[in-house]
Amino acid sequence: MDFTRFFSDLWIARFALAEGIGMTLVISGIAIILGTLLGIGVALSLVYGGKIQRFITRIFLEYVRGTPVFVLILACYYLLSGVIQLTPFQAGLIALTVFCSSHVGENLRGALLALPKGQTEAGKAIGLTFRQNFIYVLAPQALRQALPAWINTAAELVKASTLLAVIGVVELMLTTRQIIAIKPRPLEFYFVAGLIYFLICFSIERFGRAVERRIALPS
Amino acid sequence: MGYQLNFAPVWRDFDLLLSGLALGIGMALVAVLLVGNLIGLVAAFAMTSKSALLRRIAGIYVTTIRNLPIYFLMLVAFFVLPQQLGVRIDKVHAFVGTLSIYAGAYLTEVYRGALLALPKGLREAGLAIGLTESQTRIWIIIPVMVRNALPALSNNFISLFKDTSVAAAIAVPELTFYARQINNNTFRVIEVWSVCSLMYVAACYLIAAGLRFAERRLAIPH
Repeated sequence: MDFTRFFSDLWIARFALAEGIGMTLVISGIAIILGTLLGIGVALSLVYGGKIQRFITRIFLEYVRGTPVFVLILACYYLLSGVIQLTPFQAGLIALTVFCSSHVGENLRGALLALPKGQTEAGKAIGLTFRQNFIYVLAPQALRQALPAWINTAAELVKASTLLAVIGVVELMLTTRQIIAIKPRPLEFYFVAGLIYFLICFSIERFGRAVERRIALPS
Repeated sequence: MGYQLNFAPVWRDFDLLLSGLALGIGMALVAVLLVGNLIGLVAAFAMTSKSALLRRIAGIYVTTIRNLPIYFLMLVAFFVLPQQLGVRIDKVHAFVGTLSIYAGAYLTEVYRGALLALPKGLREAGLAIGLTESQTRIWIIIPVMVRNALPALSNNFISLFKDTSVAAAIAVPELTFYARQINNNTFRVIEVWSVCSLMYVAACYLIAAGLRFAERRLAIPH
């Protein structure tokens, strides 16, 4: 293997690679933010919603969780670009957001339901309204419970974002393939891409573990 | 909107979709329950072994694979490795290999947890009745550990089964691949993707029900 030649190729490709990494981070990041907001809505309507609302949300959640994320991406891409003109970026973002919301929704629902009943009762007993009780008593504890798994979801999203290459979002994976089409060094450039994915996911995972230790409720 | 639902083109190729689903389930069975399980068991013992080198190797394997996307691993197995080694690998084999290694890393974590949760007395009891270290492992530790790990195992199996859809990206003829094909041939977009995703949902449900049944049958009574 000729390393100096490879490094000069890598140097030539640096801007493309940086753009690919940027796209991966941007689309995963936006999907996490939007998906978390949607997921909070899902969890709230599952725990506090009326019967019909709970039922509909449950169906949405089961449907999304039973469908592979790749099918979600393809379905969003073909469906939405047929009905309303959407770019691959927008279609992919919607798919990842829905995927993320199902993870966050299930996670938060579990955290809310795991809270002991006494918490709600204690809040009521000291005269808090439901809203006050939720904001000051229930939500902080549930969020604390849900935080480590939520950080894990972020790593899942980065990994799922590779599939957007198939619908033509120029993120890191597609960038790598494009670079290889011009500079045919598949082994080296795949290694670089793998290293970058590893570093992103590994740091998220480590960060999650650190947070988990930091916020663990003393027992 | 002037869109008329017409499921006829989807039903016409429904047997293709079904055969795709069967291939996906088959690949998951071979890769996860057979090979992945084996890798997971071996690596879990390596991770808890006395040898620092074995612990190190197993640890690197698990950390590396768990932090890489399966799509990336699949492309490496299908495009890069065959080219480097100068061999041709069938795409189904490439994907089953990828999924096995991927599943192995997740199952290692499952089994490692199960192994650490076992009471110490189990191994000591085995040794006390005169079994050797490896006999104790095979006849006492593994059966108890696998039965304890069943719930975590089924969760992983379902999520790894869903990962078989990724194989469509290298044209493995499974459910997602056929759905895409019908989509491109007939443009019955809504119909084909709703049927495809419903088939996945139904398959996940059935697998989950089957595994829960197995869990109940095999659970260790308390």
